[in-house]
Amino acid sequence: MKGLSRLFVLACCFAALAPIAWHAMSSLKSASELTLVPPTLLPQHPTLANYEALFQRRHFIRYCINSFVIAAMTSLVCVASASLAAHRLARMRGTVRSAIRLGLLTVAFFPPIVFVFPVYELIRAAGLVNHPWGLILPYSALNLPFAIWLLTGSFEQIPYELEEAAAIDGLSRFQTFRTVVVPLATPALITAGILTFVFSWNEFMFALTFLNVESEKTVTLGVATLSGAFAEEIPYGQIAAGVIASSVPLILLVLIFQRRIVAGLTAGAVK
Amino acid sequence: MKKPSRSFVRELSWFVPAAVLLLALVVYPVLRTIGLSFFHKNLLTGFNSQFAGLENFARIITDSRFGSSLWVTVLFTLISVTVEFGVGLLLALCASSLRQWRTAVRVILLIPWTLPTAVIAVLWAWMLNDQYGGVNAVLLRVGLIHSPVTWLAEPATAMAAVVFADVWKTAPFVFLILYAGLQNIPRELYDAIEVDGGGAWAGFRYVTWPHLLPFTFVALIFRIVQAFAVFDLIWVMTGGGPGGSTETLSVYTYRTYMRYLDFGYGAASVVTTVVILALIAGGLYRLVVTKYERAF
Repeated sequence: MKGLSRLFVLACCFAALAPIAWHAMSSLKSASELTLVPPTLLPQHPTLANYEALFQRRHFIRYCINSFVIAAMTSLVCVASASLAAHRLARMRGTVRSAIRLGLLTVAFFPPIVFVFPVYELIRAAGLVNHPWGLILPYSALNLPFAIWLLTGSFEQIPYELEEAAAIDGLSRFQTFRTVVVPLATPALITAGILTFVFSWNEFMFALTFLNVESEKTVTLGVATLSGAFAEEIPYGQIAAGVIASSVPLILLVLIFQRRIVAGLTAGAVK
Repeated sequence: MKKPSRSFVRELSWFVPAAVLLLALVVYPVLRTIGLSFFHKNLLTGFNSQFAGLENFARIITDSRFGSSLWVTVLFTLISVTVEFGVGLLLALCASSLRQWRTAVRVILLIPWTLPTAVIAVLWAWMLNDQYGGVNAVLLRVGLIHSPVTWLAEPATAMAAVVFADVWKTAPFVFLILYAGLQNIPRELYDAIEVDGGGAWAGFRYVTWPHLLPFTFVALIFRIVQAFAVFDLIWVMTGGGPGGSTETLSVYTYRTYMRYLDFGYGAASVVTTVVILALIAGGLYRLVVTKYERAF
């Protein structure tokens, strides 16, 4: 029994990593080696040519910068506005509070296809097509329900006496929020920020719709739409390199923050 | 009329940034979509709105492509959610019996879930390439197949391929939720079962399962809603093909909006999709709540 279950876990870990490893190997192969039948496992003559092509002939650096700016700004806008609302929501009682929480939960379950066209109309009217803010604002709004939900739960854990003591010491509501509540809730704020960052980095449908200029694309959109100059000429090596290069930041994030990410996911599920 | 007190206004101001974002970019779009679904707004009307009453909804009923994409969506959701719950539950049970390497297992399994779905679609499309892909190479070597399979070119295998890629990404999510649930079960309960002469199965049936149920339910609803809305994976991996055999509701609706520029009809299919989804989620909620109450 023990041995079998260990084997199953091992097999699943292998299955999780194998296709990524395959792409890492493919990204180091030359174009001629990539089209060998049957394919080789390890690159015979490892080369960085695919990465060079990706970074020099494509806008890959631009994609990365765009994604980073959009994801970082979304985290900031979303967590800032969510924490203000959650701070008051955590101290509210009664039907208004349950109504707000139920509304947020309902909205969080709406498929993204609901929003894509009407938001596109708004973004176009505001002149924000092909502009980072055209994605930052919708991404912030779509992540708000989850962020408010997560932060309300965490703010509720902070003893109310601390806020009362701050008020007696003459601090305003906002000063109390900034100097007492925020420092105590930092772990939850980081969790909300990271999950929002990952969502924005990964989002595809809105990016596909709102961005149509190469230099404004995000990494996710860029990798999904990499293709050759001719339809027949599919740059497999560059695609493999793109898959790996776009995954590295996320894998690093997982390695550093895995505890916080799991905490955020399960907190969302338990409450 | 009483003037709102200053403290009430000040209280409200905490909600202004979140409320503005939500009203403009979530609530308004929902209302706009509902409104639009009662109008014709497409190439034929010169993109002017013409009142249509229920004509868009009548068209949905007779639209065989809508029917087939609804069927594809239901099939995709059903198979992939079932498989990923099977795998996720088994994995959570197996992993919780481990003594070492728990963190490593969690980190490794978190990776597929964190990668962008659109990139995962690219990754699996290349793995499943008939000539140069890794999957055929391994299957040929092992002898399970004798000639390369063109996975994404046949309706049945294309469906299996998108389901497989979805399971690869989301079984880890189910695992993480259920694994967290398992950690919350007090050890003593298993000891009690053992004292009463129960075996491993009794432990699962009377301790593990009732404790996991709330976790399972939340993860299940969440995954059903997500799978029902699947877009990125299909758009990038198969584009809905071959011959519409993997075209889901989101993919069809996106085409209606952005390719056929039929905004009124697109809005009507969004409304219909959400209503169907709400019925499924509501029905499931009913089912589980009644069952859940009986279990205790």
